[in-house]
Amino acid sequence: MRVLGIETSCDETGVAIYDGERGLLAHALYSQIDLHAEYGGVVPELASRDHVRKLLPLIEQVMAECGSQKEDIDAICYTAGPGLIGALMVGASLGRALAYAWGVPAVGVHHMEGHLLAPMLEASPPAFPFVALLVSGGHTQLVAVKGIGQYEMLGESLDDAAGEAFDKAAKMLDLDYPGGPHIARLAERGTPGRFTFPRPMVDRPGLDFSFSGLKTYTLNTVAEHAQVDGLPDEQTCADIAHAFQEAVVGTLAIKCRRALEQTGLKTLIIAGGVSANTRLRTELEAALGKIGARVYYARPAFCTDNGAMIAYAGCQRLMAGQRESLAVNVKARWPLDSLPPL
Amino acid sequence: MSRILALDTSTDACSVALWCDGRVEGQFELAAKSHTQRLLPMVDEVLSEAGLSLSQLDAIAYGRGPGSFTGLRICLGVVQGLAFGADLPVVPVSTLQGMAQGWLSARPERQQWPVLPALDARMSEVYWGLYQWHDGVAEAMVKEAVSAPEAVVDAVQGQSLDAFTGCGAGWHYPPLQSLKPLSCEQQWYPDARALVVLAARALAQGAVQAADQAEPLYLRDTVSWKKRERIRR
Repeated sequence: MRVLGIETSCDETGVAIYDGERGLLAHALYSQIDLHAEYGGVVPELASRDHVRKLLPLIEQVMAECGSQKEDIDAICYTAGPGLIGALMVGASLGRALAYAWGVPAVGVHHMEGHLLAPMLEASPPAFPFVALLVSGGHTQLVAVKGIGQYEMLGESLDDAAGEAFDKAAKMLDLDYPGGPHIARLAERGTPGRFTFPRPMVDRPGLDFSFSGLKTYTLNTVAEHAQVDGLPDEQTCADIAHAFQEAVVGTLAIKCRRALEQTGLKTLIIAGGVSANTRLRTELEAALGKIGARVYYARPAFCTDNGAMIAYAGCQRLMAGQRESLAVNVKARWPLDSLPPL
Repeated sequence: MSRILALDTSTDACSVALWCDGRVEGQFELAAKSHTQRLLPMVDEVLSEAGLSLSQLDAIAYGRGPGSFTGLRICLGVVQGLAFGADLPVVPVSTLQGMAQGWLSARPERQQWPVLPALDARMSEVYWGLYQWHDGVAEAMVKEAVSAPEAVVDAVQGQSLDAFTGCGAGWHYPPLQSLKPLSCEQQWYPDARALVVLAARALAQGAVQAADQAEPLYLRDTVSWKKRERIRR
């Protein structure tokens, strides 16, 4: 089965073609980062407008890239949630109508299931069961995964998502949106040990996260060292970025280790935009290596939003016989553990 | 000789119509917040009832706006999917002109006066236009626009019309009422069954687009989204 996957849940238009036998055939992405950076965050109306302009050309592009004709596509899948409702509607409406026109089945895909399964697109994919850490601008979740659709929520953020915390800290340091890559780059020049930020909630049992206190701590540290223009000197900014990143990474690593110990599983996958963070990857490999566990992640391009993960997840559900009616349903909120098992 | 499918979800209404060589069939319903659920099933029903498939059509028309931003994109998404999938060109039609077309063709006695269709554009503004009946078509007398109601009043008074009628939800703004239209119906919506008549004319004149060139007409393109202020860069 060869499927076309469409992702438009936030600020990236992603399209891919995945073949159940041959694997990923083509993928393309248009990122709106430059557009939203001017506003310091995603402007939903502008995101939706851009998806409309970019989606069909991207579909034509991936079909041409892998030499797929219309007759070669057996099904279409699109992100149906969670995400920005207006942005989701663009991809879902076009994807469902295209499937109708081609006379092929369609299925709506859960965006976080897409992320969770993204490491399956790599050369040596992990095997079920495993623990998944989903870390992005909208989510911070630890999930026990027995198989596709068999998700048990172990813990999640009680306030800000980890990626959101990166974005907010970046703004405090006068860095661009999205904050993650900018904080990481600045942190490389930071002095280890100059500041030590608190690791939120690690002294409490359980697997929930909280990042809003860290955000306040960062704001206070910036204010304390601010010069006349409101910002600390460049080296202090780098030191703060370093301390902030260490605190987030350290917290995530402690909770991941705890989740593996609690479930008795030996495999962790990390997915979502923050999983592209190099420091997080090395820290997790070090921390989990000690308990004999292995870490899997997708290539950086498939950590952030993309069409390939939607095509892969949709293909699995389509091959299991799942189908969508002609009524298109998209959801801004959609609990991951409410999905049906395959 | 032509066959055209038309779709519109620019307001609370959801409508689909089929033009077959001058005969119009279609469906219209009020479907606030449920356009995504209703639009494709309605397309399927309209085509099935006519015993036609997409590949037997000549074009797909859509209400290109102005109207609800989300509504315009739902319609355009479905239209792009259908048109790209079936290798058909698309025909954009003004939703305001479509409203005027439906309004004037519904009652011949209205055709002696121009009509001012107005949609609520929120933020205390309306999308509006002014159309007169000519040779079976509601023709634009002014460029459609988004304006404060007071500005519409000024613009219309500048036209020195003897009389005119009004339609559409935008008329709920009190300043517009001071224009004293001969008659006015606020519960009047764009309807694909009227849009498709305009689309047939446009198709005959070759006014078509490729599916990947289609875009909504928002009219309001400068909402004041606040840009961030930088300190050092």
